[in-house]
Amino acid sequence: MPEAVSTPDGGPVLSVRGLRKVFGTQVAVDAVTFDLLPGRSLAIVGESGSGKTTVARMIVGLEKPTAGEITACGRDRSKPARRGAERKLRGREVQIVFQDPYSSLDPRQSGAALIDEVLRVHHDHSVTDRKRIVGELAEIVGLDQRQINAMPKALSGGQRQRVAIARALATDPRVLILDESVAALDVSIQAQVLNVLADIRDERGISYVLISHDLAVVRQLTEDAIVMQRGVVVEQGRTPDILDAPQHAYTQMLRASVPGPGWKPQRMRERLLRAEPATE
Amino acid sequence: MSAEILDPIAEVEEAAPSRRRLRKIGIIGWVSVGVIAVALLLAIFGPIFRPFDPNASDLSFANVGPYGSHILGFDGQGRDVLSRLMVGARTTVLGAAFVALIAVTIGTSLAIVTAWFGGKIDASLSAGLDVLFAFPGILLAVVAAAVFGPSLFSAGLALAIAYSPYVARVLRGAALKQRAMTYIAALEVQGFGAWRLCVRHLLPNISSLIVAQGTILFGFAMVDLAAISFLGLGVQSPQADWGVMVSEGKTGLLQGYPIVSLAAVLCIVGVVAAVSFLGERLDASSKDVRR
Amino acid sequence: MSALLQVRDLTVALQMDSGPREVITGTSLEIGEGEAMGLVGESGSGKSMTAKAIARLLPDGAKVTGSVTFDGTDVLALTGDALLKHRAQVAVVFQDPRAHINPVRRIRDFMTEALRILDDVPKAEATRKAADALEEVGIDDPAKRLKQFPHELSGGMLQRVMIATALLSEPRLLLADECTTALDVTTQAEVMAILDELRRDRGLSMLFITHDLELAGAVCDRTCVMYAGQVVETRAASRLHQDPLHPYSAALVQARPDISSTAQRLVAIPGRPVSAFEAPSGCRFAPRCPHVLESCRSQEQILDQLDGGIVRCARATELRGRLLDGAHA
Repeated sequence: MPEAVSTPDGGPVLSVRGLRKVFGTQVAVDAVTFDLLPGRSLAIVGESGSGKTTVARMIVGLEKPTAGEITACGRDRSKPARRGAERKLRGREVQIVFQDPYSSLDPRQSGAALIDEVLRVHHDHSVTDRKRIVGELAEIVGLDQRQINAMPKALSGGQRQRVAIARALATDPRVLILDESVAALDVSIQAQVLNVLADIRDERGISYVLISHDLAVVRQLTEDAIVMQRGVVVEQGRTPDILDAPQHAYTQMLRASVPGPGWKPQRMRERLLRAEPATE
Repeated sequence: MSAEILDPIAEVEEAAPSRRRLRKIGIIGWVSVGVIAVALLLAIFGPIFRPFDPNASDLSFANVGPYGSHILGFDGQGRDVLSRLMVGARTTVLGAAFVALIAVTIGTSLAIVTAWFGGKIDASLSAGLDVLFAFPGILLAVVAAAVFGPSLFSAGLALAIAYSPYVARVLRGAALKQRAMTYIAALEVQGFGAWRLCVRHLLPNISSLIVAQGTILFGFAMVDLAAISFLGLGVQSPQADWGVMVSEGKTGLLQGYPIVSLAAVLCIVGVVAAVSFLGERLDASSKDVRR
Repeated sequence: MSALLQVRDLTVALQMDSGPREVITGTSLEIGEGEAMGLVGESGSGKSMTAKAIARLLPDGAKVTGSVTFDGTDVLALTGDALLKHRAQVAVVFQDPRAHINPVRRIRDFMTEALRILDDVPKAEATRKAADALEEVGIDDPAKRLKQFPHELSGGMLQRVMIATALLSEPRLLLADECTTALDVTTQAEVMAILDELRRDRGLSMLFITHDLELAGAVCDRTCVMYAGQVVETRAASRLHQDPLHPYSAALVQARPDISSTAQRLVAIPGRPVSAFEAPSGCRFAPRCPHVLESCRSQEQILDQLDGGIVRCARATELRGRLLDGAHA
């Protein structure tokens, strides 16, 4: 039987300490520290070059940290997994849904086939059990029989993201990282998927790490947030506090850039006086 | 990052299902399919259905033209040309197929390994392939013949090894592209191992390119093998083989009796052209769909 | 205010593998001198194609009926020199600047090309104009930037270069097609501010295409909402958000989470946005509309005036003021 995922009582389900990543001479992430408590959701807010995606990739093991510690479900995952069994166990603890619905599904696999394969790799359920789980997951994400059995090319962006979410949930992870997962969707579809995510969280008690630049979505889905700029955390706290009363100049600028009723775009001349980097 | 708004036209256009793609290969495509089918049938059943014994030699009929049921006449040794062509299809066609298959297998494996691991492994393997690039196939076949003695097998293997860098080079790009796709990353996070990812996910998604490479190599292999046999370093006379027949017909050519060499050359050219046209039509029809 | 741009009953069908497919149906809109019009929609709405039709940039094989009149001239019939002049008058800024600039030529070459070739402006003067334009869009050290190549500039800077270039030909209408969508939100705010300021300074008209209703509301005078290839509502920008007339506009407003408070659940309509050729007859929004009646499905909806705006909904008067309630009719 594969090792079961345990959740520490009361302690954080995901913990990051002094996380640092250097690419060559460039420091992409430095001194990032935060905790994610069970059942709560955390946003990592930033623009391009902030390092937020690199942090996400390090948490799921796609990138090796240069320094720092990552602990999920009470187990350390700061170093890459050596054995297949360890890799799979980590895959049952923390999962991820990516931004682009058009490259995040194998074009040759239907949603049902994909979830079935994931289940086969992790557990030894019987065929009937697997079919049942596929059906349950499809229902949770709001896909009907035809859609879950369809090839990705027959599905729209929103439908593909639902398949990706179902796939991520297949092994019942404790933490789900949403890397700009609704950013590429039409507004009306985005609302549907956000509702699906809220329902899943209510039902399963899963914790989300939402990587996003969209402050309204952050408000909708998370209780806590950290704001990153050029690799470092400039502000962290409860989401309503950060959005209603930002303390750091960068957070204030972010908040001031969001269109809303009565909003008018301002030219921020201070940015011009600071030498803007050649590439963001 | 911010939203990438999807072009509604791109959203709606799907890749045509394979059925629709086949219908579009046109008359040239279908004629090519016919030619290839005949070649394959001959390759497999030629020795069974040939009208006369390809090795039965009657010197009194040497270089005599069409005569009775000998539709294509006789060669310089008095053997029936048509029968030799039908039997020769086997070594020529299957030999070329063997070369293409081995080259594609080696090339694909190298491409996937370099794309998957990247870094130093990619750099060193690519450098090794660059060295191999420098050797033309026929040269390697000559070396193989010198070392192992001339035979179809050694010539074929040498050619396959010489072709693999081409396949590897082309497929490496496609493999790298797939490797960078997020569906592979998603399944890595899911705990899938490298073998499962490469074989069950990466490989199928470059399969159409692999098949395309295979068909291209088949054409080259056929010509190269025929040339090698022509030189006497591959299939050995008196075994029937189209390349050998071109060589055997040399003296006949000089005497104004071209039919042996010509027939063999036409067969080679016909099959290679058919494979090229078909490959090109299949490629074009898959591109037609996405504008 | 006389209408600078008049689009009347525009219908566009694109040539696709499966045959001609209609993407825009009977669309009409008007933009006056110095007016900024927002064009908002999701996938399949036809908003980008409308801009392309106006700029004569539709793909080969597209069938266009209806009329597009710019300053009294029939745009769809233009050819040769007249078409080139039209292109100078109607400038376009696209979503991805890197796809629309030659990566192996310097910024200076890109910016001055049209001036030098079409207007015979001498190189030195054209370069000076380009430098001035770069300063206007807030790029410091223009001389240095002009010598650089596109890859040396960030996305935001490059988009500013595109705007500067668009303004060099002194156009009268600017078509901005999702021009800030690919940018960071702070960069977006900056670029929008520049665009807004320059536009007002020069009295430029603008057609601002976006999926972001609030962004359109911030910089446009009027907003036009499209769904499945048709205009469903045209309204003063400031009023559209508070008081939408069409159920689809209301759905767009409600679909966005509120940055100042957390709702339990968002009001989300079912289904997905469709293109014109996928839409049913009768009201195209009927399959998704929370206020649909049987009569909606059988009746072709036409544009009607209502309270200073135009709306394509037979029930608009009836549903007035109730669309943002979140409850079903």
